[in-house]
Amino acid sequence: MAILASCEKITPPLPADDELLDGPVEGLDEAQNRQHLLGDVAFNDQIFTNGTGLGPVFVATSCGSCHAGDGKGHPFTTLTRFGQVDSLGNKFLKLGGPQLQNRALPGYQPEQIPAGATFAKFTPPINSGLGFLELVPDADILALADPNDANDDGISGVPNWNTIPFYVVPTLNSIEKSGKYIGRFGKKGSVYNLLQQTVNAYNQDIGITSYFEPVDAYSLKEIDHEVSMQTVHDVVFYLQTLKAPIQRNQDDTEVILGKQVFNSINCAGCHTPTLKTSFSPVAALSSKEFHPYTDLLLHDMGSGLDDGYTEGSAKTYEWRTPPLWGLGLSPNSQGGQYFLLHDGRAKSIEEAILMHGGEAEQSRNKFNQLSEKDKDALIKFLKSL
Amino acid sequence: MCNYKKAFTLLLYIGFSIASYAQNDSSFVKRIPQETSGQLNMDATYNRPFLQSGKMPIAIGGYMEANTQYISTNGVSDGFSFQFRRTNLFFSSTIAKKIRFFSELEFEDGTKEINLEAAFVDFEFDPIFNFRGGIIVNPIGAFNQNHDGPRWDFIDRPISATTIIPATLSNVGFGFLGKYFVDRWTLGYEAYLTNGFDDNITANEENRTSLAAGKSNPEKFEESNSGLPMFTGKLAVRNRKVGELGFSYMTGVYNKWKADGFVLDSKRSINVLAVDYTVMALKNKLNITGEAVKVFVDVPDTYSQTFGTEQLGAFVDIVGTVIQRPMLGWEKSKINLALRLEYADYNQGKFKETNGNIGDYIWAVVPGVAFRPVGTTVLRFNYRYQQQSDLLGNPPSKTGAIQFGISSYF
Repeated sequence: MAILASCEKITPPLPADDELLDGPVEGLDEAQNRQHLLGDVAFNDQIFTNGTGLGPVFVATSCGSCHAGDGKGHPFTTLTRFGQVDSLGNKFLKLGGPQLQNRALPGYQPEQIPAGATFAKFTPPINSGLGFLELVPDADILALADPNDANDDGISGVPNWNTIPFYVVPTLNSIEKSGKYIGRFGKKGSVYNLLQQTVNAYNQDIGITSYFEPVDAYSLKEIDHEVSMQTVHDVVFYLQTLKAPIQRNQDDTEVILGKQVFNSINCAGCHTPTLKTSFSPVAALSSKEFHPYTDLLLHDMGSGLDDGYTEGSAKTYEWRTPPLWGLGLSPNSQGGQYFLLHDGRAKSIEEAILMHGGEAEQSRNKFNQLSEKDKDALIKFLKSL
Repeated sequence: MCNYKKAFTLLLYIGFSIASYAQNDSSFVKRIPQETSGQLNMDATYNRPFLQSGKMPIAIGGYMEANTQYISTNGVSDGFSFQFRRTNLFFSSTIAKKIRFFSELEFEDGTKEINLEAAFVDFEFDPIFNFRGGIIVNPIGAFNQNHDGPRWDFIDRPISATTIIPATLSNVGFGFLGKYFVDRWTLGYEAYLTNGFDDNITANEENRTSLAAGKSNPEKFEESNSGLPMFTGKLAVRNRKVGELGFSYMTGVYNKWKADGFVLDSKRSINVLAVDYTVMALKNKLNITGEAVKVFVDVPDTYSQTFGTEQLGAFVDIVGTVIQRPMLGWEKSKINLALRLEYADYNQGKFKETNGNIGDYIWAVVPGVAFRPVGTTVLRFNYRYQQQSDLLGNPPSKTGAIQFGISSYF
């Protein structure tokens, strides 16, 4: 043991917990640790090849390729979705929609966006804390909605009501409206839960079929399952039990000032600081207050961010409020740079703020009127998240 | 595998027979003196401490490597491990005048991997013109040919010489080799046509272009994956006082572009250029050994940039003898201080999406100390500090490793 302790002293140390986005939520029991580890291996280490089902058209070769260190993605793995312009659904599903597979195995040709289809590019999001977001009660999300802007603050968030696939079982307190449920994942908030997100990613990103989604993205025919149900469940559990990002430098005076500015210019009108989980059989996730800085609602972000593509009931100019937690660690997974907003077009936090329009226009204008000191404090606060 | 096991049993039987006889009569087994003059890296195959028993027409040799290590990456470690990395057995015999046979069998990680590393026949027409056929060690770089554990003062093999040039790289084929001597100079050449790599170069679970993955084709000794031969050639020059400089080149088509008459893909090539050098100084008390390699791989534009089209790797070992005197009863024991600097970039290029540099590189600094009681046996202690970046060039992982190991010929 003494030798081990000596060795630990002369090898590189463990980075501080708040500098990392990966790692399990605190309080998992041993069995849960095991499943988290199995999911971790499947997510980060399982590389698909042509021999194990990759493609033949695909975007990435593994789950981890798009989420380095469980952080935000890089333009290299940006996803392109096409073919839907309104809530009536995707008209290009038989032509390869909704997602473009822009890479192909040798001897195959990658997919092309069909003529007439509009598209949008989506940067992969951070994974950390997804399990907390999954457990936010529908009622809490609806309580944050203000479709008619009753409080007259210029912000009128709405949920994305969408159909769910056959394998998704709504949670006990889910709220249904005409056979549709509230989505919360994805840039458009069209995905109901992490099982649906994982199954879609295996299928549309890697070209991997499963019991849940047996149709091959290339042939559009049902084929043998290329990933087991257990592996899918392990990956889902891994995502559910990743810790929430930890804020850094909370006591820094500039960070404290930045938080005040954040509230004063009403960024918090959409980027709701605090939410709470409902019951979960995983005690570490159950009935926990957490700080994602999102309301999980759709907001009109203006014509500048309208790419003419949408999902579920969202309008093409509506985007689900992205959680801001982990924002300051984005460069650690984006190759040392920022690639922000839904498609990575903003190369800094300030640029991202200035590209806000629609319901965020008032906040953007207030940001422009801030003193340099307040702007810097706001940016420092956002980087602390 | 079954045949290998039978072969191993037979070889063990021969080995133990010789050894047991030798216990009764130590003069029966004699060590064949190693040649020291005019030896190039290409001679490493035969330039080993072989044993021969009586008038048996076969000489036998081998070596083993074992170590313990503690590795930690970013503060996370699985603790100590003991490793038996490999034991190799080699056999040489003179079949007739000017005809020699050599073979080498390698057992890695116990018996997890058993490989026939070499098995060839040499027809020695003239020092400058010889014919070799069978499973030959491709003469690319120097480490691939000259990699026996006891020769090195480091526990790990060089990164670039194992993950870019996938030592030990051998394949079935034929070719020519020879040497020419002028005063203190020796010039050597080798040129072979062999089977090549396979599609796994760009279809593997390492998630990068990997010649190591592409050499693992279990059918490589039966047929060429591409249906075309791969060329490997090397030129080397050595000055007896100064050292050696080698240039080597390997080229071939790696993919199965045609099957049953159907064209499946374009022919996709690999090209590997390597330069290696050994410098001796201070009356051979300071040795500098290094190798650099550049790889070009034809990867379809429509495939993923995860699989790079260019790779670059290099290492340099600086080994100095600081004590050379009788120690602990060994007459010619030595203590060496050693330092290795190494680098490998698995994906040189820029992302199409951002024009930013692609990461996927690794570098390491490895200081060490080695005790050699005799020339054929080494006890070595290394510390490895290593940084590795992912494809996107994110902050690198930091690894520290403390290693102690032994390696010895028998």
